[in-house]
Amino acid sequence: MSNPQVFQIQEISAHPGPVPGKGTQRAVQVCKYIDVTTCIGCKACEVACVEWNDHPFRETTFDDTYQTMPSTEWNYWNLIKFAEDERDGNLMWLMRKDQCMHCEDPGCLRACPADGAIIKYENGIVDFNQNNCIGCGYCISGCPFDIPKFNQKTKKVYKCTLCSDRVGQGLEPACIKACPTGCLHFGTKDDMVQIAGLRAKQLQEHSGFANAGVYDPQTIGGTHVIYVLHDINNPERYGLPKAPVIPPSYTYWKWLAKPAGLLMAGLGVLAVFFHRVAIGPRLPQPEQPAPIESQPDPIEAKRKEQP
Amino acid sequence: MSSSVERFDERARREADRIGTTVVRRGELLRHPVYTRVLHWLVAITFVLSLLSGFAIYSPWLYRFLTPIFGGGAMTRFLHPWFGLFFEVFFLFQFLNWLTPMVWAQSDRRWLKRVKAYTTNEDKIEPADVGFFNGGQKIYFWAIVLSGVLFLITGILMWFDDIFPRWFVAVSYVIHDLAALLMLAGFIIHVYEGTAAAPGTFRSMVSGTVSERWAWTHHPAWYQAVTGRDARESYEREKRRQSDRERAVQEWEREQDGRDQI
Repeated sequence: MSNPQVFQIQEISAHPGPVPGKGTQRAVQVCKYIDVTTCIGCKACEVACVEWNDHPFRETTFDDTYQTMPSTEWNYWNLIKFAEDERDGNLMWLMRKDQCMHCEDPGCLRACPADGAIIKYENGIVDFNQNNCIGCGYCISGCPFDIPKFNQKTKKVYKCTLCSDRVGQGLEPACIKACPTGCLHFGTKDDMVQIAGLRAKQLQEHSGFANAGVYDPQTIGGTHVIYVLHDINNPERYGLPKAPVIPPSYTYWKWLAKPAGLLMAGLGVLAVFFHRVAIGPRLPQPEQPAPIESQPDPIEAKRKEQP
Repeated sequence: MSSSVERFDERARREADRIGTTVVRRGELLRHPVYTRVLHWLVAITFVLSLLSGFAIYSPWLYRFLTPIFGGGAMTRFLHPWFGLFFEVFFLFQFLNWLTPMVWAQSDRRWLKRVKAYTTNEDKIEPADVGFFNGGQKIYFWAIVLSGVLFLITGILMWFDDIFPRWFVAVSYVIHDLAALLMLAGFIIHVYEGTAAAPGTFRSMVSGTVSERWAWTHHPAWYQAVTGRDARESYEREKRRQSDRERAVQEWEREQDGRDQI
């Protein structure tokens, strides 16, 4: 990724007045903001994702909904989920663009045992490096959103990259570019949180959604994909967990209990070694007399007695 | 069921003895027949491979050390379940082979009570009721059985993680680790006891025999069962024989000295 701060101008020769842009701080944390209330379910983002990431065409699954397939797949990272709900006795159709949430505290990364298979950038993007992936699938069970998907053929796991290749070049993710209604936004985390907050307030005050709010779950330190939902108290209606958590297996167990177990094993090896050194072996009894060479020499002993 | 298992074990031992040989020399006893020895080492090899490949994935601190042995991370991940599966199969046969001598008995509880005296070598000879396997060996055996079952169940859940709910893997992960740590603890003690801690033991798994002195020292009840002689008496007699010989040597030396002076 290019680092613009390196080429931020500090001084300019013979320049009257202040240096333009001097001392500006660049916010590095990026964020995707999805306003589900203005999503029309056109699936342009799905197509853009498949196109940009050069994924092959794959069969869709029809299960009596408008949804392309039941869940995201290893080569289908962006999926609009359709849910039928009720509001004031009328049908309310919920559409939510599902993809990697790019958690601030990523469960996939916590779970991964392979050196360098999952990386989190300073800007908040969580990316998989398939060259280092060993295909154990722990990340799948570590993710609170069921996002990483296993490819049976390559034995590797894949997921949305938040178009890290585009973002690194100063472009917005492909899905954002494709969205026709403007329900998808991309920018710094601070900006997105602020816009999302304004939109939620607007929904509360002008559209009769008293419970509208921003979905940015703090149980995993916030996410770099945030939603504005009609009803923030029931994110389950959109298929989002209310309080996503990483399984303790990949937090307390992995970073506390595992090293402790390893340490105990090491101490065990030392214990048996020093048992041999200090206490010694149990020999078959009665012990055989030492070989004649290692016994004290009687002649030598006698010679010492006589002056 | 149990009789058919016994019949199978009998046949397996007979067939293995037909192919391999065990030479029992004078003053030695047959401890482990060919079948048991071969099984033991098959279990041992697959266990060590499973242990190393498993610990490669167990901890980030071991990943870089251990994965190169197996050809990289992905290969380690691929091989580990197969090592484990072969370990399970071989141990199943060893389980059937050793089921009878491994049954927990009253004497084992008494053995366990004086385990402290055992580790500090307070008694030179084991109590008379210690049979083919002592309490510690039986605990290790049943710990492997328990771990083996846990490994198998949790291993399959993690191997075929696409079939089962995702949280199964997160739970299995911890149980698999616990089973591994339990087995590693037993393994460290087992290797030590089988080699440096009790000289004369290792050959029982290589050549299949032990000295009679080893037998009455470590497994007196077994010694009595196979020889018909009392372990304590045999020990005392050997001690007398040794001191007699020593005295004879000293006498002879004194005689020699006297002759030199003349």
